[in-house]
Amino acid sequence: MKKYLVLFLLFVSLHVVAQEKIPVTESDYSNNSVDMADKMREDGKIYVLVGIIGIIFAGITVYLVSTERKITKIEKSITQK
Amino acid sequence: MRQSWWKILAVALLLYTITAGLLMDVPRLPILNETIRALHFHVTMWFGMILMLMVSVYYSVRYLRSNDLRFDDLAIEFTNAAILFGVLGITTGMLWAKFTWGDYWSGDPKQNASAIGLLMYFAYLILRNSLTDMQQRARIGAIYNIFAFAAFIPLIFVLPRLTDSLHPGNGGNPGFNAYDLDSKLRMVFYPAIIGWTLFGAWIATVRVRMRRVQRVLEDQLINS
Repeated sequence: MKKYLVLFLLFVSLHVVAQEKIPVTESDYSNNSVDMADKMREDGKIYVLVGIIGIIFAGITVYLVSTERKITKIEKSITQK
Repeated sequence: MRQSWWKILAVALLLYTITAGLLMDVPRLPILNETIRALHFHVTMWFGMILMLMVSVYYSVRYLRSNDLRFDDLAIEFTNAAILFGVLGITTGMLWAKFTWGDYWSGDPKQNASAIGLLMYFAYLILRNSLTDMQQRARIGAIYNIFAFAAFIPLIFVLPRLTDSLHPGNGGNPGFNAYDLDSKLRMVFYPAIIGWTLFGAWIATVRVRMRRVQRVLEDQLINS
């Protein structure tokens, strides 16, 4: 019983240690003192960036899919022999 | 394409990561500013790397138990994909560090340890390529792979925590660990880990199939 109590208290103390971290609060989302890319968002250009990165990712994916298709073809040609 | 649902899932999760990761509200924190979004791209590289290395170790063990080269194919290609993620992780980390810590390389324990870890895996590739016998290469490679993983984990997760490190959550540095707990970031962070890992697994499986086709062709060449 004592053992479990010690364990329990250890866990509690762990939690206390965790509390020492700097928590992120609601004010961290709403403050205006820290510079963020607000201009970029106001001008709407951030969506262009999302588009560009999206296109690059789509390109890589299409390339991977086509590579896989080619390999599937070769696999089939080998098993038919 | 057989059993492609998880590939579609990977692409969907990553498209979500890119859009939500760039657009969603993030905590406005000094020094980090918008770079906090690198959490969904830089940090996930390392998570993906570790997960793929775990898969690789699993197949190395299976190879040692069965001597079946098909398991060795999986082990080496998952390691290859993991190394790709690791290299991307270390370069993106350097770029991020330049603008938040002030230098590309500040000799941070975690930076150094991950560099050593990557070198260990480069050595794995060199070791494999220096052996010509297939079974010998697979066997020695599998054993090296298991030991490398066993050294890699304490190297990047334990040792940096014992000293002072700029990396969050290390050496009494609270930094990012608090932000990790932020539920809004988590909503992108966890799907991003799954997405990147599945994408890496996809690359690995395509290369495994390439390897197997090559072996069949070589066998035909020898037998003909």
